[in-house]
Amino acid sequence: MRIDARALLAAVLLAGAAALAPVGAAAAEQAAGGEEAGAGKWGADWQSWHAGNDVSDRASLQRGARNFVSYCLGCHSLKYERWSRLGQDLGIPPSLLQENLLRPGDKPTDYMLTIMPPADAQAWFGKSAPDISLIARARSRDYLYQFLKTFYVDPARQTGVGNLRVLTAMPHVLAELEGLKRAVFREVTTRGEGGAVVHEQVFDHFEQLVPGRLSAAEYDGFVRDTVNFLDYVSEPTQTARRALGWWVVLFLLDFTWLAWLVKRAYWKDVH
Amino acid sequence: MADHAVVADDEVDLSRRKFLTRATIATGAVGAAFAAVPFLESWSPSERTRAEGAPAELDLAKVEPGQMTTVVWRRSPIYVVRRTPDMVARIAGHDDQLKDPTSQYSDQPGYAKNPLRSRTAEFLVIVGSCTHLGCLPKQRFDKGELYPSWPGGFFCPCHGSRFDLAGRVFDGSPASTNLQVPPYSYPNARTLLVGEDEKGAA
Amino acid sequence: MAVKTTTGAAAPLPAADAAPAAKQGFWAWLNKRMPVDDFIASQLTGYYASKNLNFWYFFGSLSVLVLVVQLLSGMYLTMFYKSGELTSFDSVQYIMREVDYGWLIRYLHSTGASAFFIVVYLHMFRALLYGSYRAPRELLWLIGMLVYLALMAEAFLGYVLPWGNMSFWAAQVIVNLFSTVPLVGPALVIWISGDYGIADATLNRFFALHVAVVPLALLLLVMLHLVALHQVGSNNPDGVEINDRRRADGKPLDGIPFHPYYTVKDVVGVGVFFVLFAIVLFFAPTLGGLFLETTNFEPANPLSTPEHITPAWYFTPFYAILRAVPSKGMGALLLLLSVAAYLFLPWLDRSPVKSMRYKGWMSRTALALFTVSFVVLAYLGMQPAEGLYVVLARIFAFIYFLYFIAMPFYTYFEKVKPVPERVTYHAH
Repeated sequence: MRIDARALLAAVLLAGAAALAPVGAAAAEQAAGGEEAGAGKWGADWQSWHAGNDVSDRASLQRGARNFVSYCLGCHSLKYERWSRLGQDLGIPPSLLQENLLRPGDKPTDYMLTIMPPADAQAWFGKSAPDISLIARARSRDYLYQFLKTFYVDPARQTGVGNLRVLTAMPHVLAELEGLKRAVFREVTTRGEGGAVVHEQVFDHFEQLVPGRLSAAEYDGFVRDTVNFLDYVSEPTQTARRALGWWVVLFLLDFTWLAWLVKRAYWKDVH
Repeated sequence: MADHAVVADDEVDLSRRKFLTRATIATGAVGAAFAAVPFLESWSPSERTRAEGAPAELDLAKVEPGQMTTVVWRRSPIYVVRRTPDMVARIAGHDDQLKDPTSQYSDQPGYAKNPLRSRTAEFLVIVGSCTHLGCLPKQRFDKGELYPSWPGGFFCPCHGSRFDLAGRVFDGSPASTNLQVPPYSYPNARTLLVGEDEKGAA
Repeated sequence: MAVKTTTGAAAPLPAADAAPAAKQGFWAWLNKRMPVDDFIASQLTGYYASKNLNFWYFFGSLSVLVLVVQLLSGMYLTMFYKSGELTSFDSVQYIMREVDYGWLIRYLHSTGASAFFIVVYLHMFRALLYGSYRAPRELLWLIGMLVYLALMAEAFLGYVLPWGNMSFWAAQVIVNLFSTVPLVGPALVIWISGDYGIADATLNRFFALHVAVVPLALLLLVMLHLVALHQVGSNNPDGVEINDRRRADGKPLDGIPFHPYYTVKDVVGVGVFFVLFAIVLFFAPTLGGLFLETTNFEPANPLSTPEHITPAWYFTPFYAILRAVPSKGMGALLLLLSVAAYLFLPWLDRSPVKSMRYKGWMSRTALALFTVSFVVLAYLGMQPAEGLYVVLARIFAFIYFLYFIAMPFYTYFEKVKPVPERVTYHAH
């Protein structure tokens, strides 16, 4: 069996292109925006909502940082991120950092730690809020986006809310911004194993109960900025990584081309 | 079919070959040099180290007149001495016994290149590391403490170097320069900030 | 030393190469004390390889390259990594965020680990393709298999070090496999762990093994591998022994000196490899969770098992075989056999010809099926062990073993094509 190297390479490239096509389609989709509130069944397609954030958008990261400090830092720490590093990476000068983000007593070189004692969190919520420095990598950006956008009122739970993305002990911290919504379920009957009839409650759509301070579009932007910030925190060097990558790959292509010319020159000898 | 697998061609090919090979090797060398950079840079003090080396603050009210306190900045002990007027007076009058009375050869910022080796007369801020081999000099502030004409200052127990109350080194000491002065400033009357001055953070 | 004639004048020296006197002097000094020129002459300019080596022959030198990348990046990581159940995970974040270019060194190592297996698997596939394990290269093949085993051990040990949740649970699963050893199993598990379960003691000894012990073994085995190779010379895509046909000067008719022809060609391979490597490292270092698993971005938690415990992609074919078997003991045995089977290849292959180019349709089909089963098993090893996945794993595990078990038969009985006298070569 003769495997032609060129054919193999072409096949690999084609396969790669074919694999990337749906990614391209998805990207086009998310550029068009996630879902439309109020258009028919609001939230029915929640599992296909994409964060669509851009880590190189500094303004968005700055808003996200502000959002995080206001709403999340109360319980969640970012124990690997320093305030000074945040200022540096996001282009926030030390004076503004001090004024707008640092809490009294925080030094710029400190790590961004929450002040909530873990013992209290345990007592109030049943578990302490985890550090979320790496959450965007441990889960995914889409996961976080969907998480923050699928809270619904559920009187049966201690926090008064449930979440479609994950069973969580976290309250809906952003309720004042998004308002409160209710999840409408419909009953679906299926046949299970051995012919038994199974009744399932399947999520159908959301219904807004109480409006929040932000409009739907504004809240969407708020969540996107926050997820963007968490994306940055999970790997602060990612922008530098990609930037350096261009230079390295270009250099290597140049080197490889030269090496190939040398190879061709020598192999003229071989018959 | 040729008898040999390899048949060398003419001179033109050989010189082209040489040129291309050299160009490739040169490019490779450049690449290797660039590739070495991250490895070499990784040895620089990390962000954590730089943060730990940030300027150190001291509340001056904690230092009694005539007393010394030590602050750590960038792994070095920094001696902060609150000199009394008597101690300040004992800095003068023995320039002929000093190796570097005007601090020509010693290490200090511009504002410490004076007989008192400090911004103000009251406080002396020096690196508590003997300029000989780095031991911590001990305080001997009292007049006559070491010998009758001793004006007060520091004595290094390791090899016997002596320094006056401005940190200037005496003749006969193994050390050859005055005790180093770090960059420092007073953001307000109550606070000393070691490691930062007009030039910014060190 | 000049030879004096009878008149006392110095006789002319034989024409020397156009090298500056100083270099000649130093070179001569060095060669008197170390066999440098001899080495170059015998192993590089005087070592001949077949002129028809193709794409599949890049991966040996690339393996050495990746080994160097791993040693260099690993060495540097050791300078910043702090092994210990309380410090490992945090120290990796320290490297990624606070050490200058620490992220680059880390990604070199993580991308390099996966690259190593891609390169090594392609390198091994070449051997299956062209019969490079056949006489007189059986020992070369066996040493290579030992390199592969050392590599698997090294990868497993290294994976535990970041002490993420998958690190912990992978260690748990693999170390527990040893409980299947008859008589001493459970005691063996405790002895390996150094504790009653995977713990700080395990992590620290794995660190020592990963950094010092196994790399030394790898280096030794790679050197032995190269010595064995140079002893018999490389095979080639036609499976024709070039040493059987020699020129008047004793060099093989179809051979070309390794230097400069293959040194120059291998550099191109290095270039292409680095381009692909850099693209992954700089633009997709996690490769969607294949090269850096998402579960490992959470710290180890002995009380929280991840939803799906899977090893890194390069182990998943064997993992799929392990899980395909309903019995723990038999599963472990078959896992062992699935790796050990390769050791027997030189003696299982009874074909009169070496290379797949001249073997019959049965061998080709067998190899194709084997390759497909390997890839499918790799995929299945990443899926939960339930439903259709288990059924498929059983089918493809069977096909996988069939390649080896049936080989003595189909290679012996099939009709083969005539092998040419000389290697087939097209100028390029």
